[in-house]
Amino acid sequence: MRRSPLGRARGLGSARAGAAHWWAQRLTAVALVPLTMWFICAVIRLKGADQAAVVAWLASPVSLVLLLALIVATFHHLQLGLQVVIEDYVKGPGTKLTAILAVKAACILLALACIVSVLKLGGA
Amino acid sequence: MRDVRDALMVARNTDGKLVHRPLSPHLQVHRWPISMALSILHRASGCALGVGTLLMTWWLVAAARSPASFETAQWFMGSIVGKLLLFGWSLALFYHLCSGTRHLWMDTGRGFEKAEYDRSAKIVIIATIVLTVGAWIVGLAAG
Repeated sequence: MRRSPLGRARGLGSARAGAAHWWAQRLTAVALVPLTMWFICAVIRLKGADQAAVVAWLASPVSLVLLLALIVATFHHLQLGLQVVIEDYVKGPGTKLTAILAVKAACILLALACIVSVLKLGGA
Repeated sequence: MRDVRDALMVARNTDGKLVHRPLSPHLQVHRWPISMALSILHRASGCALGVGTLLMTWWLVAAARSPASFETAQWFMGSIVGKLLLFGWSLALFYHLCSGTRHLWMDTGRGFEKAEYDRSAKIVIIATIVLTVGAWIVGLAAG
């Protein structure tokens, strides 16, 4: 592959993003291993609980921060993964772009809904 | 050869016999080795978990809205349909977690020899079953 010396030094390739997508997917994956294990334990402890128990759970800044980290990592990882699936299987550049943008928009909206809810509960 | 493109589809099988092969990946015609099954399942479970985030969002939004709407969400999670969805979610999650950890390990360049590859694949399947069953034993016994 021919690149200018500056292009090679930057190492960002033809898409001008380099390995950013690949790297972000791995980074969020590593973060999600302990975070999801913690979340499963928390969900099991909240089995059948009322809303007051959730408020009590999120009154702790540790739970609040970990849950926010889980939400951000989950939806970031999800949109990166779904983008690759769409790029591989959806035919037609227009449909492909539309599908990717729709997935990204949905992920951002769901993430915001979760974050706002969690902050509201944590501040209640 | 019916078409010039057929030239690309001729290969030898393990016995050395010439055979016609479609270009990969053709899910309908290839035998499913464990490597292929795991790879496809990793994607499928990832997509399933994407649907599962709707459940998580509903749960958190309901809790933020009012005690009554959270009670409805909790009732649904405890119902038969809710439990089935949660079981599917936990299975997909543990599978994606185990398979993803294997991928991270292989990203370091290790585990590509056939014997290691198959062994780590089996570990993923066993770990998924153990974690899912374990989580449900704890979950059903809790509170």
